[in-house]
Amino acid sequence: MKIAVLSGKGGTGKTFVSVNLAVAKNAAYIDCDVEEPNGRIFLKPVDCKESPVFAGLPEFDESKCVGCRKCVDFCRFNALVFIKNKPAVFSDVCHACGGCSLICPTGAVTETMRQIGSVEQCKYKKTDVVTGILNIGEASGIAVIKEALDTGLRLNENAVIDCPPGSGCAVMESISASDLCIIVVEPTAFGFHNFKMVYRLVKLIGKPCYIVINKEDAPYPPLDGFCAENGLPILARIPFDPETAALLANGELLYGMNDYYTDLFDKVVCEVKP
Amino acid sequence: MIIILPLDENKTDICVSFGRCPFLMIYDTENNSTEITENSAANAQGGAGIKSAQFIVDSKADALITVRCGENAAEVLNAAGVKIYKPEGISAEHNIALLKDAKLSPLTHFHAGFHGIQ
Repeated sequence: MKIAVLSGKGGTGKTFVSVNLAVAKNAAYIDCDVEEPNGRIFLKPVDCKESPVFAGLPEFDESKCVGCRKCVDFCRFNALVFIKNKPAVFSDVCHACGGCSLICPTGAVTETMRQIGSVEQCKYKKTDVVTGILNIGEASGIAVIKEALDTGLRLNENAVIDCPPGSGCAVMESISASDLCIIVVEPTAFGFHNFKMVYRLVKLIGKPCYIVINKEDAPYPPLDGFCAENGLPILARIPFDPETAALLANGELLYGMNDYYTDLFDKVVCEVKP
Repeated sequence: MIIILPLDENKTDICVSFGRCPFLMIYDTENNSTEITENSAANAQGGAGIKSAQFIVDSKADALITVRCGENAAEVLNAAGVKIYKPEGISAEHNIALLKDAKLSPLTHFHAGFHGIQ
């Protein structure tokens, strides 16, 4: 079973839930939060192998270009321009889809490969730890996310996927391969607002959805009401606790070290069904 | 000389956004003609500034008057030799008159893009 953990708002506790759940479930941990992968801080994995990830960037052969502009018109990201009778690319806007090279009728567009990041494959005890790492300054991490998912799911079909924050392309890519989603949410107006955005995405893609409420200092009725109304099972309510915060700030894994959290994550494992 | 300005919904004031302005005014000093066209880049998923800049270049414009302009759009415009000027006030008509009298100064600050942030 492949479980994607997401949140909308950043800092809600995706990685906290993901790493502890992966160890509790004896599943692979795949970090798709490629802009700031920090599951490694908690798992401290060893025996690492790193492999590069490449993305295509169009290159134009002026001798073959007839100036038809089909490539420029095709690019929905508007990464291409046509000035002084030749096409040019904005590399930080290009999403490396390869469409321009396919659409060119004269074969004037080819793709060159450049490294945009890497995937690290390591072990924490018996847990496979796969981390997607996007190079600093790169605009799109989709290729790194794809490679991290491929690598992780080849090692173990039973996996916990730690998603990026938000509800954009990178999150869609991260949850596409999953069997179900767990949304981690803070019981605050801000947390609830962003939770509803990712819930819409999860519903649109048609994945079963479960909820973990984190840092619950007091009940937040709009959130509980929304979950009840939409039939969303609440797997766990993790209290707001300064001691837990201090342990997490020190990069501690809580499953197996702390009875309360070991029980809590064991229960989450039992309650999640695809 | 062809001058282009991004316009607001009311089609008379200069729009603060260049890439995502709803309309563009194309003014030709040869015959004092004005044409107002919808900006096809206004709802682009990304690269709106680049697409608007491409339109300016394709219109054979000599000058653009805009409050803001992103780095990518500026690169396209500079490569095509389009001059970029900073407006005085919000009236499009008034700014065309000022540019004709050479009373506008060039835009020198180009932002790195807002990308959804207002």
